[in-house]
Amino acid sequence: MDRYQGGGVVTEGWELVIGLEVHCELRTETKLFCGCRNLFGDEPNSNVCPVCLGLPGSLPVLNQRAVELAMAIGTALHCDIRPSTFHRKNYFYPDQAKDYQISQYDEPINVDGWLDLPDGFRVRVERAHLEEDTGKTTHAGASGRIHGADYSLVDYNRSGVPLVEIVSAPDMRTAVQARAYATELRAILIASGASDGKMEEGSMRVDANVSVRRSTDATFGTRCEIKNLNSVRSLGRAIDYEAQRQVALLESGGVVEQQTRHWDEGTGRTETLRSKEEAYDYRYFREPDLVPVVPDAEWKAAVADTLGLMPAQRRARLVELLSGGNGAGGNDGDGDGDGELRVDQIATVVDLGLDDLVVGAVAAGVPATLALARTANEAATDAEAARRLDGSSYVALLTLEASGSLSATQAKVVLGDLLLAGGGDPAMLAKEKGFEAMSADSLVETVGQAVAAEPDAWARYCDGEDKLAQVFVGKVMKATRGQANGKAVVAELQRLRG
Amino acid sequence: MSEASSVAELATAVRNGTRSASEVLEAHLAEIDESEPSIHAFNLVTGDEARRQAAAVDAVVASGGDPGLLAGVPVALKDNLCTRGIPTTCSSRILEGWLPPYDATVVTRLREAGAVMVGKTNMDEFAMGSSTETSATGPTRNPCDLSRVPGGSSGGSAAAVAAGFAPLALGSDTGGSIRQPAALCGVVGMKPTYGTVSRYGLVAFASSLDQIGPFAGSVADAALCFDVIGGHDEADSTSLNRPSPRLLSVIDDGVEGMTIGVLTEFLDGADPVIAERTRMAAEALASAGARVEEVSVPEVALALSAYYLIAPAEASSNLARYDGVRFGLRVDAEDTVAMNTATRSAGFGAEVKRRIMLGTYALSAGYMDAYYGKALRVRTLIIEGFSRAYQRCDVLLGPTTPTTAFPLGAKVGDPMTMYLSDVCTIPTNLAGHPAISVPFGTDDGGLPVGVQLLAPALAESTLVRVAAVVEAAAPGWTGTRGVGS
Repeated sequence: MDRYQGGGVVTEGWELVIGLEVHCELRTETKLFCGCRNLFGDEPNSNVCPVCLGLPGSLPVLNQRAVELAMAIGTALHCDIRPSTFHRKNYFYPDQAKDYQISQYDEPINVDGWLDLPDGFRVRVERAHLEEDTGKTTHAGASGRIHGADYSLVDYNRSGVPLVEIVSAPDMRTAVQARAYATELRAILIASGASDGKMEEGSMRVDANVSVRRSTDATFGTRCEIKNLNSVRSLGRAIDYEAQRQVALLESGGVVEQQTRHWDEGTGRTETLRSKEEAYDYRYFREPDLVPVVPDAEWKAAVADTLGLMPAQRRARLVELLSGGNGAGGNDGDGDGDGELRVDQIATVVDLGLDDLVVGAVAAGVPATLALARTANEAATDAEAARRLDGSSYVALLTLEASGSLSATQAKVVLGDLLLAGGGDPAMLAKEKGFEAMSADSLVETVGQAVAAEPDAWARYCDGEDKLAQVFVGKVMKATRGQANGKAVVAELQRLRG
Repeated sequence: MSEASSVAELATAVRNGTRSASEVLEAHLAEIDESEPSIHAFNLVTGDEARRQAAAVDAVVASGGDPGLLAGVPVALKDNLCTRGIPTTCSSRILEGWLPPYDATVVTRLREAGAVMVGKTNMDEFAMGSSTETSATGPTRNPCDLSRVPGGSSGGSAAAVAAGFAPLALGSDTGGSIRQPAALCGVVGMKPTYGTVSRYGLVAFASSLDQIGPFAGSVADAALCFDVIGGHDEADSTSLNRPSPRLLSVIDDGVEGMTIGVLTEFLDGADPVIAERTRMAAEALASAGARVEEVSVPEVALALSAYYLIAPAEASSNLARYDGVRFGLRVDAEDTVAMNTATRSAGFGAEVKRRIMLGTYALSAGYMDAYYGKALRVRTLIIEGFSRAYQRCDVLLGPTTPTTAFPLGAKVGDPMTMYLSDVCTIPTNLAGHPAISVPFGTDDGGLPVGVQLLAPALAESTLVRVAAVVEAAAPGWTGTRGVGS
C-alpha cells in the first residue's frame, strides 16, 4: 500500500497550505445529458449522439441516476444536499463539443461537508457538484502535446460523461495529509458505488492548490494550482516540489504568482501552464436548457438508505472483530499479530471491498487474524475474483486451515483454485491435489531431523532465541513440500525444548 | 361567425379520399414554381421528398388507414428546424454542407399527423433580424408588395403562407419573429407559451426565449397546427408536462364576459393608422360582449433594452459550437485557434457577429452584473407588470408592429431602427407568455396591418377565442387567407 509515505518536509518557519479539487467520473450506465453509453475503452466516437456531439438543435436532459450518485457522494461526505442549478462555463476547445461545459456554479448540489482522515484529522469539503466531462484529444506528432503536433484527433466517447467535482477547504498542511485525503476519498467513492476511482484511467483526477506562508502569517499566501497528477504518489511529490519552489522563491525575495502549473512526472517538477492574466473568462450564466434539481427529503432518505458502510466504518468493524477475542491466540497462519501489519491488512481489505469475506468467515468461527491475513495477502491478489467468490467455500477452506487439516501453503494453493472457479468444495480440491495433513508421527520425525541438522541453532533456540523457530519451520516445510502445519511444527519444537 | 378550419377541411378531404395528398401537393408545387422566383420564400424546396410523403399518405388512405389530423396538408418549415438528411442552414454560410442526422420533435409530429413538408424557408441568419435581409441566401420579398420586406426573422415562412405556397408553416419566435412577419405579410402568426412546444431540433438562438409556433391563413388553422405540434417532449427539459389543450374545440366560444385591456404603451409608438386599426379591433370585441378598457404596463418600455442583452448573451454561448471542428463550414488555417477564427469570420454575417460580440461583452467579468444581471432583473419586473394587468384583464390587445412592411434596404444599415420593429412583440418573449398576431385590414397603401393579442402563460384557449372574434371582424375577411388552390 502506498500510504503515509514521503512528503511532509517543509522548511523551518514555513507552513504549507493545501486544498484539493477531485474530479470523479460517475459509474452510470449512460451519460449525464443523453442516452449514450458511459463506457471507457470503446472504439473512438462510437458512443455519441447529437446531444454529446453538441449538434445544432440538440438539448440536454439530466440523468437521474447521476444525480443520485452525486447525492450518495454528498451523503458519504456529510454534505448538505440542496436545491441546485446548472450553468454554462464558456470556453473554446475542440474536445468541448458545445464550446461550453454544463456545470454547477453558485448553487451546487452538495455543500459544507467533511472527510475524516484515518488518523482523525478532519478536512472540510466545501462542495461536491455535478458537471459533464469533455471529449479526449490526442495530438499526433513527435511531442504528443498540442505544440508541434501534425494533427489532432478527438474522441467524443467521454464527452458528456458525468463527473462530480469535490472541492476541499484549504485545510491540509502536509503532503502526507493530502495523500491520505486522496486515498480516503477514493475509498469512499468506490464504497458508495459512485465511481471506480481509477486514477490511471482518469476516472479520478486530482488537482492541488498549494501555497506557503510564514508560520507567523495570519493570511494565506498566493496559491498555484497543479494539474496532471495521475497517482497519489505524484500528488505527494508534486506538493513537496511546489512547496519548496515557493519557499525558495519567497526566501530569495521573489513573489509567488497565481498560476496553473503542470506536473511533469519525468523531471519531478511543476511548470507554468498559464498565469492569472491568461486565465479564461468563463462567462458563467444559468443554463437555460435545464431546470433546477430540487431533491426532497424522501429522495434524500432513499439515497442514504442505499448507501452501504463507508470505509471508516468498515475498518472500525474489522478492528472490532480482531479485538473481540476471536483472533487472540487463535491459529493465525502467517499473521504475526503485529499491530501495524494489521492496520495495513485492514486498509487493503477495505480498499478492495473484501471486508465482507472477512466478516463472513469470522461469523462462521474462523479466527479473525487468519481470515484477515488470507484475505489481505492471498484473496487480494485477485480482488475482482475474490469479490465474486462464493462465501461458503471461502469459509470452508479457512475452517480446514484453522483446524490444521490443511497447512497454510496448501490452503493458499486451494484458494487459488477457488478464485479461478468462483467457488467449489475446498476439501475435494485438496484431496484431488493429494493434500492431506501429515500424521503426527511423521511430523515428530521430520522435526527431529531438522533439529539434528542444525545443532547450533537448536542450542540458541533452547537459550530463548524464539525467532529461530522459523529456521526449523522452514526446513520442515521444505522437507514436506509445504504439507506441514507451521503452528504444529512450532508446538513440537516447544515440546522438545521442554 | 364561422371558424371552420380550411386546413381541417383539406385534411378531411384527403382522409376520406375525396382529394389525394399528391394532387394537393402538386397544386402547391405549381404555385411555388410560378411565384417563388420573385419571392424567395424558400432556401430549399423539397419537392421529391414531399412527393414521397404525399404518396405515402395516399397509400395509407387507400389501405383504409387514417394518416392523421393534417393528412396531406403541405407545410413549410423555417430553416432552423432540423430535418434528417435535409440541409438545415439557418440561412448561414457556417452551416453549409451540414445534414442533420435527426428530425426536430415538431417535424416528427407533423409527419406523424400526415403533413407533407414542402421545403425549408428563408430567415434572417440564425433568426437575428426583423426583415429576412440578414440571410446569407438573400432577402425574401413580401408577397403583398415585392419591393418590401416580409418582416423577420421567419420571413420565408410568413411569405410562403401569404403566397399560397403552403397553408401552414412553422417559424420560431424569440423576440417577435413569428408575429412581426405575420403582421407584415397579412397572415396569422402565433407564439405559444414557452415550454408548450418542444424546442428539440430547433437550432438555438436564445434558449430562454425561443419558441416554435405556426403561421396560417386563419386563427382556426393556427390552432389546429398548435394542437398537433404541442405537448410534452422528454427530449426538452423545459417542455411542460401537462395535457395539451385542444384549441380547435374551444375556438368558437366567444368573448362574452371577458375583460380585454388595450395596452396604451404599445399604441403610443405605433403609426396612427395602426393605432386606429387596433381601436377598431377593440370596438369589435366590445360589440361581441367583452368589457374593454385601457391598461398600462409601464415596464414594457424597458423590454427592448433588456432583450438586447439577454438574447445576445445566450446567443454568444449557443453559437460558440460553430467552430469548424465537427460540422458545417471549415476554413483551414495553421492551427486550431486560427481555424476557429477563420471559419467564424467567413461563416457568420455582420448582424450575427454584432450580437455575438454584444453578448460576449454583456457576460464578461466586470460587466456581467451591470448588463446581463440587470437585464434579468428587468425581465422579472416585466413579468410582474403583466401579472398586475392580468389581475384585471383576460387578454391584452395592441398592435403587433409599429409600422407596416417597409421597403427592402430601408433599415438594414441602421440596427437600432431595425430593432425597434420588435418593440411590441419582445415583452411577451421575456415573460414567456403566448401571443398571436391577427390581420386586421390594411393601411392606406394596401399593406397588411396586424393586431396582437397577449395572454398569460398557458392561456392559449382564451387567446384563440378572442383572436377568432377579432379575425371575423377584420375588414375584408372572407373566411380564409393565403390558401391557394
